[in-house]
Amino acid sequence: MSTTPRYEDAIRDFDWVQVEKELGYTQGGDINIGWYCTDRICEQGLADKPALIWEGFKGDKRTYSFDEMRILTDTFAAWLQDLGVGPGERVCLFMDRLPELYFGVLAVLKMGAIAQPLFSAFGEDSLWTRLDNAGTSVVITQRKHVKKVRRIVDRLPALKRVVVVDAEGFPLKGPEVALALDDLPPAGNFKVHPTTAESPSILHYTSGTTGQPKGAQHVHYSLVSQYITAKWVLDLQPEDIYWCNADPGWVTGTSYGIIGPWANGITQAVLDSGFNAEKWYDFIARNRVSVWYSAPTAIRLLMKEGAELARQHDLDCLRHLCSVGEPLNAEAVIWSEEAFGKPFHDTFWQTETGCMVITNFPGMKVKPGSMGRPFPGITAAVLDPVEFTPLEGPGKVGVIALKPGWPSLIRTYWNNEQGYRGKFKNGWFVCGDQATVDADGYFWFVGRDDDVINTGGHLVGPFEIESALLEHPAVAESAAVAKPDPVNMEVVKAFVALKPGFEPSADLDLEIMNFIRKKLSPLAMPQEIEFVEELPKTRSGKIIRRVLRAREFGEPLGDLSTLMSD
Amino acid sequence: MEDYKQTILDYVIKEYLEDDEDEEITFDTELISGGIVDSFSMVSLKRFLENKYEIQIPDADASPEAFDTVNSIAALVDRIKQA
Repeated sequence: MSTTPRYEDAIRDFDWVQVEKELGYTQGGDINIGWYCTDRICEQGLADKPALIWEGFKGDKRTYSFDEMRILTDTFAAWLQDLGVGPGERVCLFMDRLPELYFGVLAVLKMGAIAQPLFSAFGEDSLWTRLDNAGTSVVITQRKHVKKVRRIVDRLPALKRVVVVDAEGFPLKGPEVALALDDLPPAGNFKVHPTTAESPSILHYTSGTTGQPKGAQHVHYSLVSQYITAKWVLDLQPEDIYWCNADPGWVTGTSYGIIGPWANGITQAVLDSGFNAEKWYDFIARNRVSVWYSAPTAIRLLMKEGAELARQHDLDCLRHLCSVGEPLNAEAVIWSEEAFGKPFHDTFWQTETGCMVITNFPGMKVKPGSMGRPFPGITAAVLDPVEFTPLEGPGKVGVIALKPGWPSLIRTYWNNEQGYRGKFKNGWFVCGDQATVDADGYFWFVGRDDDVINTGGHLVGPFEIESALLEHPAVAESAAVAKPDPVNMEVVKAFVALKPGFEPSADLDLEIMNFIRKKLSPLAMPQEIEFVEELPKTRSGKIIRRVLRAREFGEPLGDLSTLMSD
Repeated sequence: MEDYKQTILDYVIKEYLEDDEDEEITFDTELISGGIVDSFSMVSLKRFLENKYEIQIPDADASPEAFDTVNSIAALVDRIKQA
């Protein structure tokens, strides 16, 4: 039985201070996300309730209660302190979805350091860029990924220790140290660091059009937003079993795969496995998952398998479905009604917003294809892209923007305050997506207003790909743009001009694809490479990606008057 | 078919497991659900098969299930080669 208020009532009565009171927080007091997700839940009488039901892809399974999670995170935090890690230091978590990843994030927060989760599929260049920028002092990883760290450790002067969580029988080198969390004696009297509202909490790297990825710096006060949006938009109820598909290397995996649900005392199920429709449905049915937060790419992959496969499993346990990462197309919403008997509710937000900001609120009419309406307490609008003033009237295309003032907006980009300031126009935080608003106040995605590529719900910056492409011995110059894709919405396409002496070939094409996959990540790997003689450039020699992108999308090429050769 | 299997297995080990020498994989190891090859990397594996065996694998046939083990990949290649 849902206790989430009606959208209209929530909008009318909403007050962030009321949420703070619900959390027992008062302005100026201590607030520590790690404590809220563990100790507070135990103090509420839920110590024995399962916090985490974890399954590996080979079928191994472990369950941890909130009290066990409290003790393990205390123990982990105390161990890090003994290792010499202090408050404010950046501690990277670079591993698959193991329990140690989830407990590690909370442990780092409990001891006042900054958690920097990174997607474990990142290659060594992507990893180095982010660790170097953050001045990370400790990386927590597993033997499967430690070799990527070994190859860059000499170029990371701030890195003091590399912690390997499954090092039994594995020879360690240099700054590496083993951690067997389950074998450590429980820390009996760990004192949670007294972080306050503006204390940095999590650093998530996100891509933009220009330059290398930027470290979006969140603070402990973000909890207030993440708690209430998880409770209401995901419609979390005490008896729910909740599954978030997202990897904690991305913001959804921390805001709604760690903080939001656990701050609400909800049991989470986690599957450390790649995509497999049969396994996913089996996981849902066996664990009686009732709330599922997924992504359009995953939903479209499930669609390819057909609704019949879903109906062959006992999925009556599913009560509420939500989606995030990229716009959820109307067909996917309609298909989910057919397959699961209920629609996926699309949500819109970004790494920088820290929480859902435009949502299909439970109980609200779902308009398939729309991202919904602003969450209570959030002022959203579409702005004129030149004047940055709100567009009045329905159906006008503008850029999505938000009035600052909600708790989880990032406080800066790490070492890049100028880039952060650049996100604000005329008093609005500008998201970088274009949309329209209809007469009922529903937002409808139109497209990006920059060159960032949204592939499978992850933003990939063209600059990072182009820089890596230039490191390949055959590549003279390149441009990376988005190409439409029926499953991932967009994929990376690279236009490559070769150096003299190299000829286009199928083998070279594959070699370059694998080169980028290993250096950066599978997400950044061009799924198509087009070899060209030259790239479109301005008269000053700057590559014009928008012309290439427009060609891929079949859109008008726009003003070409500045092209070097028209 | 056996030739395909060994060639594909060798390629997967070389291209996707260079950092994980501990992982022992066989013709039946789950590549996609096991996280060795993800849905994005599948594209480069598909490209390898197309180049190596001079075939075109239709997108509809390049499903995560068809690419989940060396055995299933080899069966797919064999089917397309014989068509």
